[in-house]
Amino acid sequence: MDDTATLPPLPDEAVVLRARARDWREAVEIAGRALTASGATDAGYAVDMIRMIEAHGPYVVVAPGLALAHARPGPAVRRDGLAIVTLADPVPFGHPHNDPVRVVLALAGASSARHLQLVAEIANIFNDSDAVERIADAATVDEVRGILGVAP
Amino acid sequence: MKILTLCGAGIGTSGILKVNAERALQRLGIDARVVAIDASMLESELDDAQVILTGPEFVETIGRTFADVIVVENYFDTAELQRKLENALG
Repeated sequence: MDDTATLPPLPDEAVVLRARARDWREAVEIAGRALTASGATDAGYAVDMIRMIEAHGPYVVVAPGLALAHARPGPAVRRDGLAIVTLADPVPFGHPHNDPVRVVLALAGASSARHLQLVAEIANIFNDSDAVERIADAATVDEVRGILGVAP
Repeated sequence: MKILTLCGAGIGTSGILKVNAERALQRLGIDARVVAIDASMLESELDDAQVILTGPEFVETIGRTFADVIVVENYFDTAELQRKLENALG
């Protein structure tokens, strides 16, 4: 099995620390804007990510405090991309067990196969149960990059 | 043996379940193929699947099936996954 793939870089523009969001939509929008600012996606990808949650429910809250926002590969995806938003005040997504969300990780994959590989890499990071808390408490972008093991 | 992991797009949370299920199965010494799917692939993949791993939101989508449906709460909790897989397959 070759599920190992390097995560895309995380430039400063792709990280928003201590963001203020009124609700889950705004939290995902902020993450979408960060993806777009990093050059990975067009602005429409944020809408796609919100539609995924509207269509399928809050299952993107994959672990306590962590939302993995994403949409299918498509024209809005320019290249693989990753964005991190930490929330000043945790926001409920409507998940029965894992609310409220402190960290939104937005992911864009250029293809479905690539997207799956990136998700597998992310799983490896968050299997360390402290990772969400450490990212939520991070004071600098470098700290976030260190926890994820990614380049700027 | 075939195990399905199901989510909305078949490329997100089902991918997390796939990689963590593969890890749990390895620990349990169970040989299985794990396939990440979305709901549109369910009908074509369900026939020979023994287990479906998914979140609570998708149980209704699956409907009636002979496969064991395992509902996972924390996708990153490999201990939870391992325990539930062992109960279903052990």
